[in-house]
Amino acid sequence: MSEAHITVNNLTMAYGTRLIQKDLNFDINRGDIFVIMGGSGCGKSTLLKHMLGLLSPAAGDISYAGRSFFTASDEEREVMRRGWGITYQSGGLFSAMTLAENVELPLQLYTRHSAADRADIIAYKLALVGLDGYQNYYPSEISGGMRKRAALARAIALDPDILFFDEPSAGLDPISSSLLDQLIVQLQQSTGATVVMVTHELPSIFAIATNSVYLDAVSKTMIAYGDPRTLRDHSDQPVVRQFLAREASAPIEESL
Amino acid sequence: MTPQPPGFDLLTDDRDSAVLVISGDWVQGNTHRDFQILKEDLCCITAKELVVDGESLGDWDSVLMAFLLQCYNQCRDDNIRFATRNFPASAKQLLDVASAVPPHEPGASPALPWYQSMDPGHLLREVRDAAVGSLDFLGELGIALARLVTGKATTRFSDFRNFCYQAGPDAFAIISLTSILVGMILAYLGAVQLQQFGAGIYVADLVVIGMLREMGALMTAVVMAGRTGAAYAAQLGTMQTNEEIDAITTMGISPMEFLVVPRILALLVMMPLLTLYANLLGMVGGGIVAGGMGITPLMYIAQGESAISMAHLSVGLVKSVIFGMLIAVAGCRSGINSGRSSAAVGQAATEAVVTAVVYLIVADAAINIIFQQLNI
Repeated sequence: MSEAHITVNNLTMAYGTRLIQKDLNFDINRGDIFVIMGGSGCGKSTLLKHMLGLLSPAAGDISYAGRSFFTASDEEREVMRRGWGITYQSGGLFSAMTLAENVELPLQLYTRHSAADRADIIAYKLALVGLDGYQNYYPSEISGGMRKRAALARAIALDPDILFFDEPSAGLDPISSSLLDQLIVQLQQSTGATVVMVTHELPSIFAIATNSVYLDAVSKTMIAYGDPRTLRDHSDQPVVRQFLAREASAPIEESL
Repeated sequence: MTPQPPGFDLLTDDRDSAVLVISGDWVQGNTHRDFQILKEDLCCITAKELVVDGESLGDWDSVLMAFLLQCYNQCRDDNIRFATRNFPASAKQLLDVASAVPPHEPGASPALPWYQSMDPGHLLREVRDAAVGSLDFLGELGIALARLVTGKATTRFSDFRNFCYQAGPDAFAIISLTSILVGMILAYLGAVQLQQFGAGIYVADLVVIGMLREMGALMTAVVMAGRTGAAYAAQLGTMQTNEEIDAITTMGISPMEFLVVPRILALLVMMPLLTLYANLLGMVGGGIVAGGMGITPLMYIAQGESAISMAHLSVGLVKSVIFGMLIAVAGCRSGINSGRSSAAVGQAATEAVVTAVVYLIVADAAINIIFQQLNI
């Protein structure tokens, strides 16, 4: 049986008095490519921010390898965070730094590599995402797809064991999107990392996800958990089947 | 367990195939073997193939992969076949991914090296481009203002009103503080000198004339350059970054009419009013110091009143309008020409303030000389 790498335990999320999602309970197994799905505005990115510790839960907890994140000390949280690689929706690259400097920053902060070794590792990380040779380019000088890949190179700089992606395919053409999916799978397979993605790109979900959770905006809780292909065909929730089959729900007002 | 030092050994016994044996723990923190040593050896081999053997490899991470990638790239450059054996499947897979795309050969670097940017020819071209850019901006602004006068501009009154509020009432607190202090400084400065001649009462003249002609307008302008000029640059720069200006342009709306004109008009209207307010508070500040030196408020007011003239007041107000125009132009121009990154927005805001302050000082000197020549 697979080992739970991330455990979301009775999590309730709210902005002030506005409830976003309640009673979320699920496990993400080590080595999973796990997708957080749901309609727009259901709280997918909010859940990711809670998982990253950027927001505190109204109730409940999230554990990483059995260690609670929110009850951990600041030092313990820092140690946990060093094992994570994160790419944001818009990339989150530092625009005033070159790609090499972006990838170098975590290496500089958290490793004892010499400058020459860091340069070698930067070249390797950029090569992994197909950007070797672009070390001295600024994010504004490369395309959107390349920025996403460069952000991935920075995210994997410290060989993380959990990779978080917020809408990795958003704004990419189908070929770039598919290449990014392929890259995520290859990196996951070769490093054994656990991948957590927020997305509603169905081709990506079916191409790479091994497990998923569906957050519902109406009932404000999770209504499905499992392999997205199975959910598409056999979920007992019509809205989940409709979402995964890309069918309009009728009447549409009910779901908005 | 103590990590074994990483190592490699190049075996060239076979004429056709050289073997590179990798051993030890290739992990972060362990002393890393330099690829340059191997590179020199690789240059000398005659074999057509390099087989990298990982049988003696211990623990490994990105340090090993960075090394293997360099080996791979070197072999590709030297037309040597590259192969691996006895490596973990994941390491082979990572190498396959990393070597799938050949390294990009960058063209000419977009950034000039420092010595080229110091070249007088390059500097002259930059000055020329800046001058042309400024004239271009002023020309477009002139056209937008002409369209406004003829009622054809897409400028919204609600924007103008909001910018007036931001540039006016919102700035009262900071203008009040600086004006009172400037009035007090003027009074202190004058009082010390004037009292030596028994002419302490003329401190009122000094403060009134100093504030009306010079300090009221100049200090207000400096504060507004740092406050409103920088804000204009940051707002427009952020809009540039978010492609809002592109959206406005493609909607057929002139960014100059829609974004720049209301900001400039707001500052043009507010600067004289703020200057009047600053003049008044500066005189109050001077009165406080004068009171401390034995000059009664009535004496101060009577003496100050005799020093006030329409000419002094007009000089300050004319300056305030010109300063307002310069601050708004510097801010809007920097913002609208900003790059599309957060660093570029910061640079635009800095440029707006620096340019505005330089404009202010140059304009102030020029206006003073002109009024001096005209005996105003």
